[in-house]
Amino acid sequence: MSRSLVLGGVLTGLVLMMAALSFVWTPFDHTAMNIPTKLQAPGAEHWLGSDHFGRDILSMIMVGARTSIAVALVAVGIGMGIGVPLGLAAAAKRGSWLDEVIMRANDLVFAFPSLVIAILITAILGAGAINAILAIGIFNIPVFARVTRGAALSLWQRDFILAARVAGKGRARISVEHILPNVANLLIVQGTIQFSLGILAEAGLSYVGLGAQPPVPSWGRMLADAQTMVSLAPHLALVPGSAIIVTVLGLNLLGDGLRDWLDPKLQRGRT
Amino acid sequence: MTRPSFLLAAGTSLALMASAATARDTLTVALQLEPPHLDPTSAAAGAIDQVLYANVFEGLTRFTSDGSVVPGLAQSWQISEDGLTYTFTLQDGVTFHDGTTMDAEDVKFSLDRARAEDSTNAQKALFADIASVDVVDPLTVTLTLAQPNGNLLFNLAWGDAVIVAPESIDTIKTAPIGTGAFTFTNWVQGDRIDLTRNPDYWGAAPALSGATFKFISDPTAAFAAMMAEDIDAFSGFPAPENLPQFEADPRFQVLVGSTEGETILSINNKQAPFDNPKVRAAVAHAIDRQAIIDGAMFGYGTPIGSHFAPHNPAYVDLTGTSAHDPDKARALLAEAGLPDGFATTLHLPPPSYARRGGEIIAAQLAEVGITAEIINVEWAQWLETVFRGKTFGLSIVSHTEPMDIGIYARPDYYFQYDNPAFQDLMAELTRTTDPQARTRMMQQAQEMIAADHVNGFLFQLAALSVARADLQGLWANSPTQATDLTAVSWAN
Repeated sequence: MSRSLVLGGVLTGLVLMMAALSFVWTPFDHTAMNIPTKLQAPGAEHWLGSDHFGRDILSMIMVGARTSIAVALVAVGIGMGIGVPLGLAAAAKRGSWLDEVIMRANDLVFAFPSLVIAILITAILGAGAINAILAIGIFNIPVFARVTRGAALSLWQRDFILAARVAGKGRARISVEHILPNVANLLIVQGTIQFSLGILAEAGLSYVGLGAQPPVPSWGRMLADAQTMVSLAPHLALVPGSAIIVTVLGLNLLGDGLRDWLDPKLQRGRT
Repeated sequence: MTRPSFLLAAGTSLALMASAATARDTLTVALQLEPPHLDPTSAAAGAIDQVLYANVFEGLTRFTSDGSVVPGLAQSWQISEDGLTYTFTLQDGVTFHDGTTMDAEDVKFSLDRARAEDSTNAQKALFADIASVDVVDPLTVTLTLAQPNGNLLFNLAWGDAVIVAPESIDTIKTAPIGTGAFTFTNWVQGDRIDLTRNPDYWGAAPALSGATFKFISDPTAAFAAMMAEDIDAFSGFPAPENLPQFEADPRFQVLVGSTEGETILSINNKQAPFDNPKVRAAVAHAIDRQAIIDGAMFGYGTPIGSHFAPHNPAYVDLTGTSAHDPDKARALLAEAGLPDGFATTLHLPPPSYARRGGEIIAAQLAEVGITAEIINVEWAQWLETVFRGKTFGLSIVSHTEPMDIGIYARPDYYFQYDNPAFQDLMAELTRTTDPQARTRMMQQAQEMIAADHVNGFLFQLAALSVARADLQGLWANSPTQATDLTAVSWAN
């Protein structure tokens, strides 16, 4: 196992554990305001300090991790759930009108700057976590469709697929029984990368006020709230900023490590 | 600078000497909101007056920094015994910026235009009692009223009642022509408006030879621009949390004054369950004003218990009628048949008093069982859904017009308070000219809406301005929306 896999796994694991822990325990109620003790520096009472309403930042970060993970996870789920079948279908019917329609539709979605369209979607449908999930999820579809189709196309040339066809299996059945298991490792790696991008996108959307709405805590909105207070209480921006960096770095390292670990070609090269 | 090189030190002192030799007489002042156009007599946008009032446009009377009304283009006036006829004597030798003379005809034109049937003036109620405007001679004009109006001189001081040149009406929205101490020269949309001194001004010449209004909407950018001294002053600084830093910095001064901005938690009085006074009372008692002032405004603001400015002589402190008492709020909800509370919406426009105050209020309401879903909106959206559409439960907004308790007498006004007794009282107030009787009535009006808990009365918005330490003459208070530069100058 590579070092990046271990480090990525540990960082990601920490964030996931923190989010899981927040369901049963946080140091304070994350919505409890205490105006007289606002803007406290990190210390014995508030480990990571308190924000401009006197809320405990650690508690908000823990619950905010939940928001980030939930949004990114569901968005990746949407991308995989729709993108992978589309990619499989396109590969199975290579060169047909179906392939053309799917891939050109993909190109169309790809051609738009994703975050701008995400802002458009949330502006039309209204701000909120659900719409943020939708907006981010839609842009995950072509990513997965493309990865799946590319990998599947090369598999369709292989002898074991030919054997399956000779044995009388239909294209749909071959796609599910033989192609999908063989592209799974690629999808896991891509999923990890998209997951980290999803966390960034969620933070970006909440930063401009289009993600999760108060009082649901969100890392991006914590950053936005801290903006005018950076010189006054730098921890207000540093803490959520670091949380985003650690999570995204962890997921990227994990994705890198997983690719090395799961890809048989790279493994042989490394010896 | 611990080890300045000789060259650098010499250079700096040379630069200092050079700047001291030529006295500064220009000013760059920043505002948060840019005006949509430049006609103060045809829009509600306060940003227009913020740039033009007293600088470019003047009325017959005008406000001073402390809110009192003094002569403007009218140097004096006589009021008839019955209070129905006002005879104004105009200042002699007043010209518009285009060189034409300002006389009684222009006054008649301006007031007739403002009160006309098809007028787009945002404050037509100001002129409602004027029956006719008559020119006696070029320097005398008579206003005849349909009924006595104790507010007339005050009404004429508003930015909506300024005197405009008839010839300029077609282009007034982009090239305003007034009689003020500054002439409009240039508007770079999205960036700034430039004014220069009017050499032919009838009154005392201003100290500044020119001024630039810059528009900076982002609080972070406002802070950075001020710190970098790109701007000399910021009128209505948007981030109160940064003020202590300016106060601690010898380069700057912080001006804290009063405004006419009653900041309220508006309640849709026609929407269930808010049509029940007990529910409104419960909301009022759930609110902790001091927490909102400290949390949202960093301590700047005065608690209010009714819709009335604390600096007004007729003010009564009614904060006690809606003191913070969550237990009482819960009891009132139970009495109203909602022991488990209810859910509603809380529409929040962009200013930080609303966005931050809204989060605090939502938390305070949650304590007594009321779930307020926060919906952040832009101003255009707020005007559309809350102000015109009236599809809201709760909202937070600062009502910045001076002496605007009269809005509670308008049942179609967005919070939809419909109380005939209050409407009668307001009608009577308008007819009354005796100052003592007026004070009594205004106090009665404050008590009436406080007792009815029409809205959640939060605090009086503070006027917060930051300026370079050696700038003098800026208004600290904000009796109307204005950035009067006529008396502003640099020390030395």
